[in-house]
Amino acid sequence: MTQVLEIDGLTKGFSLHHLEKDIAAFKDISFSVAAGEFVLLKGANGAGKSTLLRTLYRSYLPLAGEIRFHSSHGLIDLARAADVDVAHLRRTEISFVTQFLTARPRVSAEAIVTEPLRLAGWDPAAALDAARTALERFGVKPDLWAAYPTTFSGGEQQKVNLARALILPQKLLMLDEPTASLDANARAALVARLQELKDQGTAMIGVFHHPDDVLHLIDRIVDLTPEYTQTGGRDDVVL
Amino acid sequence: MTLTLNAPRIVETRPLLEVHGVSKSYGSVQAVRNVSAHAYPGEVLGIVGESGSGKSTLLRMMNLEEIPEAGSYTLDLPDVSGNLFELDRFARRMLCATKIGIVYQNPHLGLLMKHSSSGNVAERLLVAGERSFATLRQAATEALDASEFPLDRLDAPPIELSGGMQQRVQLAKAIALEPALLLLDEPTTGLDVSVQALVLDTLKRLQQDRQITMVIVSHDLGVIRTLADRVMVMRRGAVVETGLADQIFQDPQHPYTQQLVHAKL
Amino acid sequence: MSLSTLTKPWEAMSYGFLDGSAKRELRRKMLKSVAVPGCQMPYASREVPMARGWGTGGLQVSLTLVNPQTRVKVIDQGADDSVNAASIRRFIARVAGTPTTMDTLEADLIQSRHRIPEEVLREDQVLVLQVPNPEPLRPVQPNMSIARQMHADADYGRMWLQLYEQIVRSGRVMQGASYPSLVHGRHVMTPSPIPRWDVPKLHMAEHLTILSAGREKRIFAVPPYTRVEPLVFSDVPYKVEEHGHLTCTRSGTKGFFMNEVPQDDGSSAFEVSDSEWGVKTIRARDGIGESRGETWYKDGEMPQ
Repeated sequence: MTQVLEIDGLTKGFSLHHLEKDIAAFKDISFSVAAGEFVLLKGANGAGKSTLLRTLYRSYLPLAGEIRFHSSHGLIDLARAADVDVAHLRRTEISFVTQFLTARPRVSAEAIVTEPLRLAGWDPAAALDAARTALERFGVKPDLWAAYPTTFSGGEQQKVNLARALILPQKLLMLDEPTASLDANARAALVARLQELKDQGTAMIGVFHHPDDVLHLIDRIVDLTPEYTQTGGRDDVVL
Repeated sequence: MTLTLNAPRIVETRPLLEVHGVSKSYGSVQAVRNVSAHAYPGEVLGIVGESGSGKSTLLRMMNLEEIPEAGSYTLDLPDVSGNLFELDRFARRMLCATKIGIVYQNPHLGLLMKHSSSGNVAERLLVAGERSFATLRQAATEALDASEFPLDRLDAPPIELSGGMQQRVQLAKAIALEPALLLLDEPTTGLDVSVQALVLDTLKRLQQDRQITMVIVSHDLGVIRTLADRVMVMRRGAVVETGLADQIFQDPQHPYTQQLVHAKL
Repeated sequence: MSLSTLTKPWEAMSYGFLDGSAKRELRRKMLKSVAVPGCQMPYASREVPMARGWGTGGLQVSLTLVNPQTRVKVIDQGADDSVNAASIRRFIARVAGTPTTMDTLEADLIQSRHRIPEEVLREDQVLVLQVPNPEPLRPVQPNMSIARQMHADADYGRMWLQLYEQIVRSGRVMQGASYPSLVHGRHVMTPSPIPRWDVPKLHMAEHLTILSAGREKRIFAVPPYTRVEPLVFSDVPYKVEEHGHLTCTRSGTKGFFMNEVPQDDGSSAFEVSDSEWGVKTIRARDGIGESRGETWYKDGEMPQ
């Protein structure tokens, strides 16, 4: 199996200077993800699941450890990579799907979905076509495509968000509770799209409130509960 | 204690803008001390800090309006070389007119308030040597249109326009010659919140359509968060922290940055 | 050897009214201004027995240049016989003993306010123009220190902007007199308040033109055979006043710059602005003799 990500001794905590306090988030985490593999992060609230994802995405700066990413430019340690390199990888190889769409005023749904393709150098017409297909797949009605998602409901916004985040197959995909406000149809579309990406070799790390949504996608589970950080198989998800 | 970051390894292009070790004082007040900054092509660098942190002085240096006592400034562009702080007045003026655009907080600094809006934009091209009236008119119209300025007010003088519209004229003037670098000094401060959102949106669009490298200075974190890819935090003339925008806002390291981020409404 | 052979006898004033050092300074500044065409040179404008703003700048240049053989012509708005022109002419003749003339062709030195004669000037003639306001940048840059820097940098964008604004607001360039012009491809000057009609006469002219502002203490020059190009957009041609088709009611001459004379019935009559040209035309018509020289404009058009 081709490794995509090797996490080694990763530690994160926060120094809150005004409280003169250090808060530990997680400590000495090690695991790896291969191409086409889906890893579920598990742990109680506050165990640091989202924090870990954000650290991997470098929204948070780790305190120690390595995040070795096998990029198309070779091996790079995301924990120490220069800001521009991280920004470049975010545009080209690493995606992060959050629970919320950061909608901007006066930007239409289809324009939002087109953006990643335009940044990757797609022709505008082809990008628009692909964007519409993706929106349709997630169940956004055609009359909303040209509308501004700032006024959409949470569920509809999330559909646009997913269409955008998943439109371009990336090497590494991180999912932070993407199913939170989705209806059943959209959830099915999401699972189908994830399966597609998985088959194309995208490595995935996810946090899900209801892991049964994506049950058959899961290859491995990483438990962040402080007492034992271990990895197990799909059968461990006993709910 | 966090990890020290490596030099870029994937991105091989040189930064478009590089400022190195600049210092400037006014009398006994040191406005900027030993500041270095860079911005890669197409990147938006945000500089935040409170009044008097030296951020505007730094921006004026990037526009060559102020020359520091020490330090260097380079732009990685064809036919531009050497430390730009050493250029003579003439070369400086031509460089600023053709390669750098600036939008000031106060439109009076950037605009001739009683000339027509289109004329304000055309002046840029006139300085660069354009002598055809039709071309000037066309270019001014296009730049104003790109700044989402209502074209039926093309020839209205800025003094008759609202604050948001004045900023659009400034923006059109700044981008008329398609500069490689766009400098924004508190471009939305003092505008109504709704107008502010529209101006920011215009800037964002422009950045995406044209891939202009931008440096934006603001004390308003919302503005920086909306626009910047990377953020530099300044205090008392020095840089306290730099990082990716989301990192600065979600995981600020320096006590001052934490205080700044947490003070945001 | 005695004291009287070494000194000159007492005189009420120096030759040509101005003292030697004043004339020396003016000569130097004139040489400088010829050396850098269109560039304004500061000078210490002296007192002359005339109010500032009435041609003192031109007068000082004339007084410096004349010798007892110089034939002097003075015109005011094209007329040799206005009070101001007559006074200046008489003054120069009195303090410098020069012969005077009204005939453009006979004159060696022509001091003028607001006009260039219609007859072509020659290499051996000097035109002195009186300038009220020598700074073309004043309307766009009130700060004279900055204006000087702008000249130094050839930073004339604002001048063009002014023209742009006029076309946008009025559909055409509104600048009448003092049309800003680029001299020798380098300095923009105001050619004193001569009409647009006269500006092309300065371009590659055979004669030397010296422009002097007494109140503002600035002198500048257009040497012979120097380019003088009015600032225009490449696609909006320079236009002179539409006088080419007008006929002078007094002399019947046609195709020259005219003065408009409003009539009681609301209409206008026109008479030629260059009064001596009118006089010569009348003389020719009455059979007294042809004395008219070649003119810049032919049939109301300036040949390219």
